[in-house]
Amino acid sequence: MQIFDYLTPLAMNIGVFIILAVSLNLINGMCGQFSLGHAGFWAVGAYTGAAYSVYFAPTALPDFINLFIACGIGFSCAALSGVIIGVPCLRLRGDYLAIATLGFGEIIRIVIMNMDVVGGPRGFTNIPHWSNIFWIYLWVLITIVFVANLLSGTHGRAIISIREDEIAAEAMGINTFKYKTLAFVIGAGFAGVAGALFAHAQQFLHPNGFTFMWSVIILLMIILGGLGSITGSVIGAVVLTILPELLRFMGETVSQWRMVIYSVLLILLMLLRPAGIFGKRELNILKLLGLKRESYHG
Amino acid sequence: MSDSTAYFFWDLGQYLINGITQGSIYALVALGYTMVYGIIKLINFAHGEFYMVGAFTGFFLIHSGVPFFLAMPLAMLGSGLAAVIVERLVYRPIRSAGRIPALITALGVSLFLQYLGQNLLGADPRSFPDALGTKTYYLGELMISSTQIIIIITTIVLMLFLRWLVTSTKIGKAMRATSFSMDAAELMGINTDRVISFTFFVGAALAGAAGVLVGMYYNTVEPMMGLIPGLKAFVAAVLGGIGIIPGAVVGGLVLGIAENLVVGFWVSTYRDAIAFGILILILLIKPAGLLGKNTREKV
Repeated sequence: MQIFDYLTPLAMNIGVFIILAVSLNLINGMCGQFSLGHAGFWAVGAYTGAAYSVYFAPTALPDFINLFIACGIGFSCAALSGVIIGVPCLRLRGDYLAIATLGFGEIIRIVIMNMDVVGGPRGFTNIPHWSNIFWIYLWVLITIVFVANLLSGTHGRAIISIREDEIAAEAMGINTFKYKTLAFVIGAGFAGVAGALFAHAQQFLHPNGFTFMWSVIILLMIILGGLGSITGSVIGAVVLTILPELLRFMGETVSQWRMVIYSVLLILLMLLRPAGIFGKRELNILKLLGLKRESYHG
Repeated sequence: MSDSTAYFFWDLGQYLINGITQGSIYALVALGYTMVYGIIKLINFAHGEFYMVGAFTGFFLIHSGVPFFLAMPLAMLGSGLAAVIVERLVYRPIRSAGRIPALITALGVSLFLQYLGQNLLGADPRSFPDALGTKTYYLGELMISSTQIIIIITTIVLMLFLRWLVTSTKIGKAMRATSFSMDAAELMGINTDRVISFTFFVGAALAGAAGVLVGMYYNTVEPMMGLIPGLKAFVAAVLGGIGIIPGAVVGGLVLGIAENLVVGFWVSTYRDAIAFGILILILLIKPAGLLGKNTREKV
């Protein structure tokens, strides 16, 4: 069926962006640390995961185990770069943090551009096609369940308290630096997983595919959905991945104006509805089906 | 002195000249960042795009036969007006919403202008007309082009003008008062909205001048030209101490020289990473900048 040839890659892209949006939301929406370098972590995960499967993956293992290892490597390397970047940068606040993370995101891209092992400016080719819908959405599920569980526990409450008021949180005895780093590192790690899955779906990577523009697009997804809402991030990722495809149906000119439309959307959202679609609310499937009684989550 | 040492010094001199030229451009753009930040605490991401607007205005004017010395002020006027319109339509309504929403909005404006330019004008770089006839002068082994001299002189003139504007005029006094305390300035009868608009105008006009100068220096203009210089100028502003006008000049020059020295003596492919490296270092070591004073955060 031809329609599936078109829809399958789209669905895989949506999955990748859901992981990216949920992980960025952990940093920006839940912890309130404004990061603009998410595309950098995505790139680290994509390149390290792909480097594993191109150079080291033993052929004796089945493909899905190799993919799992690649995702694990993507997670660890992105999380490690999250530590390296987060520990110095998280001492900064607000707009300074935004600029510093933006700078690191660009540095990561420039470093990759200068690494010949992974193709440098020629791009990284011959990555095996191991990702499919099932494995991507399994990771989507893992990400969402992990982040949701994290947030309903002690650590999550601490992370949310930092967003609400950092000084008050510190006065209550919360080690704010530790929890900010925790949120940052986990967010970066899952962006790395998204990168590894993306690499094995696209089979080709180029450093210019991870520019600052993509950090902004992921940011737009979580702002559209609602900063601080996992449901919102999922919806935002779905909408903003499908929207360019719909624009493509409306003719070449409209799809050229995609970024103009996105930026206007971003400005209008900030002016008219800064809370996004969901605000900080969540849509709980169990509650919807009547399987779970109303609970008192902040 | 052996030959290689002599060459080292000639090279050093050459990189310094190039660095000062580049640094003057960063300084001009950084001034706008620092003035806007000083007055409403907003990192105006779209500032690099005003620089692009200025460059294109200059490009079209010079192409249609307007002499350079007239095209330059007109380009400054063009980018200044663009900034005033953006401020009036977008930044003013968002000002009360806090710093992060304002920052996101500024990001949106920046992308909007970039991609609007790309769609209206085409993504390909265009060659900037050589309006004044570039000549190259030699001083021993050193090369200085007439464009470099014009850039440095224009920058000095504009900075002296800005200094006069801020320290010796009524509107300059109003600007200083507003940046010191907006509420108090308002109570003293200053129309702060107008002062903020004027600040945006002056900052963007300086960026527009830098745009025209860069167009002449590199001979090209393109819609994306504002992104990287805009970010680097922001680095320059932070380096010197954001909100401090002389700081922007110092930061711009230091950044321009550092960049050219690293590129000249070491690696050229990491050119764009240097600025961000410097930014992260300065934020960690002395976040208030070279000329800034540290302030403690209070509850």
